[in-house]
Parts: sequence; C-alpha cells; structure tokens
Amino acid sequence: MDLSSINPILLVASIMVSATPILLAAIGEMVVEKAGVLNLGVEGMMITGAVVAFAVAVNTGSPILGFAFGAFGAAALSLTFGVLTQILLSNQVATGLGLTLVGLGLSSLIGKPYEGVKAPSLPRLDIPVLSDLPVLGRMIFSHDIMVYLSLLLVVAVWAFLKYTRGGLILRAVGESHDSAHALGYKVVRVRLLAILFGGACAGMGGAYLSLVRVPQWTEGVTAGAGWIALAIVVFASWRAGRVAVGAYLFGGITVLQLNLQAAGAAVPVALLSASPYVITILVLVFISARGMHGAPASLGRPFHASS
Amino acid sequence: MTDTLLTIEGLTKAYPGVVANDDVSFTIAEGEVHALLGENGAGKSTLVKMIYGLVKPDSGRMTLRGTAFAPNEPRAARAAGVAMVFQHFSLFNALNVAENVALGMENPPAMRDLAARIREVSETYGLPLDPYRTVGELSAGERQRVEIIRCLLQDPRLLIMDEPTSVLTPQEVDILFETLRKLTGEGVAILYISHKLEEIRALCDQATILRHGRNVGTCVPSQTTAREMAEMMVGSAFQPPERAARALGDVALEITSLSAKSPSEFGTSLKDISLTVRAGEILGLGGVAGNGQDELLAALSGELRSAAGTIQLKGKPVGRLGPGARRRLGLLTAPEERLGHAAAPEMSLTENAILTAAQREGLVRNGFLNWNKARGFAEAIIERFDVRTPGPATVARALSGGNLQKFVIGREVMQRPEVLVVNQPTWGVDASAAAAIRQALLDLAANGAAVLVISQDLDELMEISDRFGALNEGRLSDIRPTRRLSVEEIGLMMGGAHGMEVAHV
Repeated sequence: MDLSSINPILLVASIMVSATPILLAAIGEMVVEKAGVLNLGVEGMMITGAVVAFAVAVNTGSPILGFAFGAFGAAALSLTFGVLTQILLSNQVATGLGLTLVGLGLSSLIGKPYEGVKAPSLPRLDIPVLSDLPVLGRMIFSHDIMVYLSLLLVVAVWAFLKYTRGGLILRAVGESHDSAHALGYKVVRVRLLAILFGGACAGMGGAYLSLVRVPQWTEGVTAGAGWIALAIVVFASWRAGRVAVGAYLFGGITVLQLNLQAAGAAVPVALLSASPYVITILVLVFISARGMHGAPASLGRPFHASS
Repeated sequence: MTDTLLTIEGLTKAYPGVVANDDVSFTIAEGEVHALLGENGAGKSTLVKMIYGLVKPDSGRMTLRGTAFAPNEPRAARAAGVAMVFQHFSLFNALNVAENVALGMENPPAMRDLAARIREVSETYGLPLDPYRTVGELSAGERQRVEIIRCLLQDPRLLIMDEPTSVLTPQEVDILFETLRKLTGEGVAILYISHKLEEIRALCDQATILRHGRNVGTCVPSQTTAREMAEMMVGSAFQPPERAARALGDVALEITSLSAKSPSEFGTSLKDISLTVRAGEILGLGGVAGNGQDELLAALSGELRSAAGTIQLKGKPVGRLGPGARRRLGLLTAPEERLGHAAAPEMSLTENAILTAAQREGLVRNGFLNWNKARGFAEAIIERFDVRTPGPATVARALSGGNLQKFVIGREVMQRPEVLVVNQPTWGVDASAAAAIRQALLDLAANGAAVLVISQDLDELMEISDRFGALNEGRLSDIRPTRRLSVEEIGLMMGGAHGMEVAHV
C-alpha cells in the first residue's frame, strides 16, 4: 500500500464535496423531526431533486436553475407526504417508505432520456485573497457556492431554532403537540412547513449529487445517501452543529476508503466500500446504548385536534 | 355589590352521543373566586374550554365586561384577558421555564428581559422560580408555578384554574391560596374547578354545581357544608366505605434497602426504600406525583428488577423474578396509567383480562386460550365492579376513564392476590365509583390480603390505610399509624412546601 499517493489537500477538498449532499438532506430532516414528524422518504426526495435538477440544468444550461427546481420538485413530493400524514393521518413510517419507493421509480422514469448526458457544472468560486492562500486556498476556499451555502444553512437553522420565536414554536410542536395545540398554535401548519423545508433541503442535496458530485445522471445515483442523512440526525442528537460533524465524518470515511482503495490497501475492496455504512451502524448502536438523548418527545406520533 | 365580569347564558355543547353542557348560565363578578363543582364527566372541562376558546358552543352566549365575547381560539380569549392554568399541564418538558412562558404569550419580550420579569413576578406572588431551569426537572408544584406565572404575565382579568391542587402538598396548597387571594385583592376574578369540597369552602365566594352537563344549583360555599355540596354534585346521598376491624397476619411483603435507577430520563430513582406490609393490612403511600411512585410500582410488579433479597414475598426473595413469576406467587399490581400500561387500548376487555389473569385464573391450557372461561372472567369483573360497558367484547379504549379504572382494579382484586399493589386506584373516577373501589380494597384486606396503596389523594389514604408513609425524591419517610396523624405532619412527611431537598423527616 502506498499512502504517499494520497494528497492531503485533495483529500480534504473532496471530503467537503462528498459531505455536502448528505449535510443538506440531514439538516432538512433534522428540522422536520424537530417539529415531531418522522419522514423516512429522504432518499426518495433526494433522488427526485437529483433528476429534476439535472433535467432542468441540461435544458436551460443553468445549474443554479437546476438547484432551484430540484428543491422545488422534492418539496412538492414532500407535500404529498405532508398531506397524507398530517391531514389524512396516515402512518408516518409507512408513508415515508412509500415516498422513497415513489421517488426512486419516478426519478428513473424522468431520468431515462438524460442517461449519459453531460450537465453544465457549477463554477468554483474564486474568493479574493482566501482562494490564493497556499494550502488552505485549494483545500477549503476553492469550492462551488453550494458547499458554503450548506454550511451557512447549518448556522441559520441553529440560530433559527435557538433564537427566534418561530424556532421556539417549532420545537414546542415537536415536543408536545397537545400542549402546543392547547396554547393555540397551529400544529398541522407548522409541521407542513417543516416538511416542505425538509423536502427542499433533500432536493438540493440530491441536486448536488447529480450536478456536482458525480456529475451525471444514473439510476439510483443517491445510493443510500438519504438513509445516511436520516442516521446522521440521530447521530447528531437533533443538534445542528453535530449534524455538520456527522455529515463531514461520513463524507470523510467515504472519501478515505476510496483513497485507500486507490492506494492499494490490503483490505478487500468490498469491505472498504461497505465501511461508511458499517461505521454508521456502529456509531448508531453506540449512541442508542447511551440512551436516546434529545429526541423530540412527539416524534412520529400522529396529531389530531379532536378535543 | 361588585361589577359583573363574565356572564354566561344558556351555553350548550353536544358531542356525538352526549350533551356535555346543557343550557348552562351563571355570572362571575370582578375579584371573585367562583367555584365550578361537579363529578367527572359533569361537563366542567368542556365549559371552561368554551370560555377559553378551545371549543365552540353550539348555542348560548357569553358577555365579558358588557361586550359580547365569543373567542374562536385561545389567542382571542387571552387578548380579552382570560387566562387558563390547565389540569394536565400544557408544558414542554425539554424546554426551559422562560421558553415555556414565552410560548404562552402573544408578544414575548427578548429572553433576557422575560427572565427578569419572571423572577420579578414570581417573587411578588411568592412563587419562586428559576427561569433557566428545564421544566422536565421541576416538581409538579413548580411546574404549576410556571403555568400560573405564564398567565400572570398577561395581566388577566379572569384566571381559570382546572383542579390546581391535585398535585400539591398541603403546604404548597397554602402558598397557592395565598397567591390567589393576593390576585383577587387586585381585582382578578378566578374560576376555580375542583371536586375538593373543603378547599372550595376555604377559598371560594360563590359556587356553581354541574351535574350531567346541567347547572343544578349555586351556593355560597362558606355557608354550605361539604356534605350538602357533595349531595348536590352526586344527586343522592352516597355511602362512605365501611371499615371492618381486621386482625393482622404475618409479614406478606417486605422491602429491604431497595434502590433502583429510574428507566426514564425525567423519572425519579428509588433510594434505599424499606417497608413491610402484613397480611390484612393496608399501607398507604402518599407524596406528590413524580417522586418515585411509578418506579416503586415498577420495582414491585417486576418491570424493574432488583437484587433478589430486596423484595420478599412471604419470606421468599422475588427481586429477580419477572412479572409473570411474581403473579404466580400472588403479588399482583395495577399501575396508574390505565390506557397503555394497565390495559392495551385496542384489545377487548376479555383479551385484557387474559393478559394478567391467564395463569392465576387458568385461562390458558397447553398454550391455548380458553376463550369461554376468559369471557366468563371478564363478565364477572364487569358484574361485580359495575363497569358500564356493552359487554366484554368492547375494546378498552372505548370505556370512559372511570369505568376502565374499575375494570383494571377489579381484574386484579378478582384474582385473589396475596399482595396487591395499586397506584392511584381512584384517579379520575367519580365519587361513587371511587367509594366502590375503596370498599373493594378494604374487603380484600379484611379477607387477609396485604394491600399497598400508592396515591396522591390524601383523603383517600387517610380513609382506608392503617399506616401511612410518603415518597419524596425517591426516598420513603418514616411510616406511621394513620390514626394520630395531623395534616401538618403529613405535609412535612411529603417534603414541605419548598423543601424539594428535605428528604428524611
């Protein structure tokens, strides 16, 4: 094995790229779960976002428009989940799984004509001074805008939940929908908005996969990223900062195992490829063994204003 | 005569199958404490929900200070000066005090200013509270303070209190009453819902009594005896349970230095609990909710295991045994939470009967259920405990709280336990059904069973238990004979007013 073939600058740079889609999806799902809704359809929303973004970017030539429509498409899909679970009171777990299946099927249908097509790429930012720094410049400050937007989004979500009234109401709804209802808050409306936000975030995460990370359309391009995002929310104990840590950790392992494969590590390739998933499972087992700290008390429970 | 604050005329609200309120009228004057009295299901909660804008009346009207008042949401009611302290607290455990208060306000100030105002108001009214503590860690009394302060910060004209003292120690009740008198002195009217008659006599100026959704009378509580009010509530004279003299037998249940960690994050761990109950004896354990009652029941039922010798049933160590094995030996339990703990909500009464009585009543043979026998057993419970239900095939969820309570207590009593442990046996049950349940417990003891009753209803414990102890922060006070106890002593045993830290008394 030749470790010297791994370039640390490129390693860190590619970790940031590989973490971004999961980070976007996970931060959105965290907001949804903070409102007390468990949407297991992240994978389906991500891949819908990926295909819609790809199609729009190819047809218009604008990756930015692609991202916007990817977010919009996935949010529209999440709205069906919202209507089914919040208004028609269907089971959240079953509906979420259904959403994933629908998203996977829908995306391969839409994506058929786009296989093998090349999408316009998102330009890298050239930030004055910072991008020209010797090592850090290439490592951290020469990415496309979505990498920084995703990190900004984490900060924004953290501040929203901690400092604003809207964030307080959202947490209250997730903590005890009965109490929130008794105080006169619109539980269903708050949850629908959270679900839409989660959908839009997942859609942008998917768009990042098909437009930047891969970058092309293949069936099943998300390859379980949505499930990893769900796991990261639990790993993060429903805290924005830890979601970022989790996403970068997972992105790091993914990139590292690819590099190790390239460097010819004496470990079976299959095991290396599986390692990010295995490590995610191990981390989740470890966290659950310590107790589920921070889960919103009303998570996954249906709400009906019956009395 | 003071000015009228709120006039209620002919309020009616019907739900499918029941008329919750039928043509209810009364008035509340400014600065008055007005009691709303009635059994469970008399329509008190629905009535206040209409005043608070949570429920829309079918007909009738309300007038607040001379103008028509028809709030269609709590926000509107709050804006008009009506505030409400809920029976089941509408608080958020994972949020802190200040955040909880902010959620109940229309335009809360910045958190730091709000925290300062909470400190100020809480001290003015003698209800000390730290705005930055997480609500899940507070005692029941402190949580109620959060609710009250949330209301007070909005300068209400009318404060609705739904059974505010059911979770308080006697000293905390005194503090609360002091606060309420201070408020009425400032002209705030209070609508006080309770079924504790002595409290109403001590505090209230006027009382309206509801029965089956109708206003059946008003009275001035200080000039009416508790018995007269009770009879107005029930509509007939009712029998207090009889207490036969009984001979005590050998020690049936012995707990020695039991310590156990609470399985829930906001629970209370048990610390070094020792007690004995003899055959034929009823031991009453009081204490404010959340001081280890659920954990003690879990430790006795077998849901929470402990070292073998810490719990002995007739000299046999059972600490390591699970619930099934303990049942076989004669240790039966009935937990507080009826739906979801004592009974499976979506299963029929017959199925629920099988769930705990399968072994002792022989409802299972070679792994197969004996449905006929099970149905017969369920019918016997329904018959003897006067459970109002269409039949044993009804699902548990369909029963009213009181009827289900009669069923789950009856289910254990009918299995002829050697030791019975019950938590809150008459919680949410109306007066006559409560009397029947208490009588069943007394009869059980008279027939030689040892009974451990955990309850927050002190009157109940004084009425049926031979000895009394109190749980506080997971510790057990000294256990004393009930007969010579005064209310002050009981209060101190329960941990005093503020002394959430005072352990052994």
